[in-house]
Amino acid sequence: MATVEARHISKHFDEVRAVDGIDLLAREGEFLVLLGPSGCGKTTLMRLIAGLEQPTAGDIVIDGRVVTDLPPRARNVAMVFQSYALYPHLTVAKNISFPLRAVGMQRDAIRKKVEWAARMFGIERFLDRKPRQLSGGERQRVALARAVVREPVVFLLDEPLSNLDAKLRNSARDELKQFQRVLATTTIYVTHDQAEAMGLGDRIAVLNQGKVIQIGTPQEIYGKPMDTFVATFIGSPPMNLVEEGASYVGFRPEAFLPREVGSSEDSVAFPFRVTRVEYLGADRLVYGVLEGRTAEAHVISKLPNNIRAEVVAGERYDFVVRKREIHRFDRNSGRHIDGRGDDDGNR
Amino acid sequence: MTRRPFKLVRIARAGGHAGILVFFITFLAFPFYWMLMTTFKTTIDLHDVSKNPFLFNEPPTLEHLAVLFQDTQYLQWLINTGAVGIAVVLITLALAVPAGYALARMTGPWAQTLGIAIFLTYLVPPTILFIPFARIIATLGLQDSLWSLVLVYPSFTVPFCTWLLMGFFKAIPRDLEDAAMIDGLSRFGAFVKVVMPISLAGVLTSIIFAFTLVTQEFVYGVTFITSASSYTVSVGVPTFLVRGDVYFWGSMMGACLIASVPIAIIYNFFVDRFVAGFTVGAVK
Amino acid sequence: MTTATANTFTAKAGWRTRLADNERLLWPLMLAPAILYIVLLVGFPFFLSLFYSVSDVTVGSRSMSFVGLENFRRVVATDTFWTALKNTLIFTIVSQVFVLVFANILAMSLSADFRGKWLVRLLILLPWVAPISLGAIGWLWIYDSIYSVINWTGQALRLLGPNEWPIWLGQPTLAMVSIIIVQIWRIVPLATVILLAGLTSIPQDIHDAAAVDGAGFWRRTLQITFPLLLPITLVAVLFGIIFTFTDMIVVFLLTRGGPYDQTQVLATWAFFTGIQGGDLAGGAAVSLFLFPVLVAVAIVFLLLARRSEVT
Repeated sequence: MATVEARHISKHFDEVRAVDGIDLLAREGEFLVLLGPSGCGKTTLMRLIAGLEQPTAGDIVIDGRVVTDLPPRARNVAMVFQSYALYPHLTVAKNISFPLRAVGMQRDAIRKKVEWAARMFGIERFLDRKPRQLSGGERQRVALARAVVREPVVFLLDEPLSNLDAKLRNSARDELKQFQRVLATTTIYVTHDQAEAMGLGDRIAVLNQGKVIQIGTPQEIYGKPMDTFVATFIGSPPMNLVEEGASYVGFRPEAFLPREVGSSEDSVAFPFRVTRVEYLGADRLVYGVLEGRTAEAHVISKLPNNIRAEVVAGERYDFVVRKREIHRFDRNSGRHIDGRGDDDGNR
Repeated sequence: MTRRPFKLVRIARAGGHAGILVFFITFLAFPFYWMLMTTFKTTIDLHDVSKNPFLFNEPPTLEHLAVLFQDTQYLQWLINTGAVGIAVVLITLALAVPAGYALARMTGPWAQTLGIAIFLTYLVPPTILFIPFARIIATLGLQDSLWSLVLVYPSFTVPFCTWLLMGFFKAIPRDLEDAAMIDGLSRFGAFVKVVMPISLAGVLTSIIFAFTLVTQEFVYGVTFITSASSYTVSVGVPTFLVRGDVYFWGSMMGACLIASVPIAIIYNFFVDRFVAGFTVGAVK
Repeated sequence: MTTATANTFTAKAGWRTRLADNERLLWPLMLAPAILYIVLLVGFPFFLSLFYSVSDVTVGSRSMSFVGLENFRRVVATDTFWTALKNTLIFTIVSQVFVLVFANILAMSLSADFRGKWLVRLLILLPWVAPISLGAIGWLWIYDSIYSVINWTGQALRLLGPNEWPIWLGQPTLAMVSIIIVQIWRIVPLATVILLAGLTSIPQDIHDAAAVDGAGFWRRTLQITFPLLLPITLVAVLFGIIFTFTDMIVVFLLTRGGPYDQTQVLATWAFFTGIQGGDLAGGAAVSLFLFPVLVAVAIVFLLLARRSEVT
């Protein structure tokens, strides 16, 4: 268990600022997710923590010790790669024991450790196989076992679920969370998948263009987005943004409801012309345009199936949003302005 | 009825296809078939113009092969070729493996340029270099010594194998090396303990090419070596077995065949890699 | 005292681990031996060759002096030079035109799947993969002035008259034809496998799309296959040119440049002048005439490599 800290760290590749002065602290035993679109710098940040990249400026601190000048092997971190990076020429057992053999551990101790790690991930049967004889899910477990086996102070996971098919991904996500709870090892997890981030993270750091935009619990990130980027990046479909004077008005699709179900004394009404209705099983997505506005305002409403109000394409309805579900963002800076999505000391 | 023209077209096309292949196989493989025939024909049969040369008009004989192995230094030439080949392969690997890896992993605009520059030196032909080399070899006192070939042959095997290995190493995912470094190895250790074992196929391919390039070389051999006991096969057969106007055709053809066919077969297994190296990224 | 020793020891160990991790030091160190070897054994002889060509060096000479462009003037003044230059060009151009046509036909035939393809490919590759000096000896026997199998077959099939007995390597034009045939024989396999690699790299989707769009065999070949094959064809042609223009083995073994220099090429003449004649300076001057072609080919390669990098 350890804390991991990035102190004003930067990494520039030629002119590109992949990581641009990030300060970040992962607490002891925390599951911290780095979330952002591709190219936002999340993987580079993780590689900086691992020691696979040298920072242009700033420091990495693990467990209170500055490790910026240490090679990866001296940092006592373990990493699971998107490709799993299993050594193709070694058996599963040799893959798992690789980090132990590299530090010259005793044979008996190695055997015990490998057995322990293999049992933990239910891969005892595969120990004599080569990676290419395993399925995607089995490979992922081997990669996790290899990471766990030497009991590192930090786990670094780089999109470890993205090569699994959708069905497997859900169960693997669940297991991953369980293991992290049991081991209570500080974990930093990179993903571009918001559902993964929300489901796994104790806290989420949203990155864009080499900077941390917001860091907080999943509830904070979803409920109090700091700016329009976070508001539209998180949530599916994303938050509706409508121009209004010098600001944007934002509201979640599920907060945008027909008057007869959503009305209360503190709600705001929007005249809504429906253009299309998508039936998705558990809910309906209603696409349309807000009327009486200078700029065309396309918005989406997400209606769960227990709302049976009739909504037909081509018709005009009155929709409402409760006042406390409304966010306002500055049009120029994109920042949240009415104080509710306040910093909370998150940055 | 309507299908008939299609069938005819198909038969005609298959026939044309077979015809093309037969023509080219005849043209390209005939000299080797002819070597085979000549090797086992008696001298009298070889020199009888009135009889069909495609047939054995007299029973096949081993006399030419006996002459080759007993009365010439052919065996010695085979040994020389093998010895030079092994030495050159070792030098080539020692130089090309690290260089190919460095080129594969170096970043920056001049890494690619450097790789191509090294490859282009493979194209500098012996016919431009053999004259200065003749003098260099004489100055070093290596004329007539197999060491002269061991010294010079890497000048074309190293560029080619460096290029070839660079391609192999580039195909290895970098994640593996990153994982190895996190798992406790140094940057160099990751190369030795993870990359090298995975690249055995590439190293083997380089060994085959370095060796075959050595067996095929003629120009430097004929320039540096003048005494029969130091010849390699590709130089010894055409220079020593041809004496003035006396040609030992049977023995010569046998010598050609014995040296060519094994090399050709081994090479054939790896020729796709060779081509991949040749195409310089013009094929994806 | 002991502390000092221990300190230097750890300092050394520290330096080693850092070297093993430092890519900026590691890559140059790993490249250096190969580059050094290439510079010493390709670069140095090449510059020596340039140097010889402006000197009066011979095999036995101890000293040499600068003679400027005298060697080149001397070389250009001979008839043999112009014959050799002409022959080199004919040898290269004619053989490569045939190679291009043959290799295209052969590669297309081989791109289809059929039984025994492996064996066919082995047979077709033989001329390239067997040592050329030995293959050339095979041809020497096929072209033999008395026992030529070509002549026997020609007479048996009544293609040649009863008294017609061409001396393949002895008559000027025929000798040129003969060595060109051998060169075609040798290069076709290489060009074929290169083109074959190009053909298989064209995705089947493109052929399917063209077929669905109603393009027939010829249309597909001319408008889809050939344009897509152009870069790889260029590669095949460039190698063909290099291996033909600078080659001396075929001519050296089959005709020795004869009869009367009628098949002499620059490479063989450089050998006869420089090595057998002992005139290193003259030989170097002759061989340097091969260099411009080499530079041209190298430039095309660089352009190709850059193009493939962009796309």
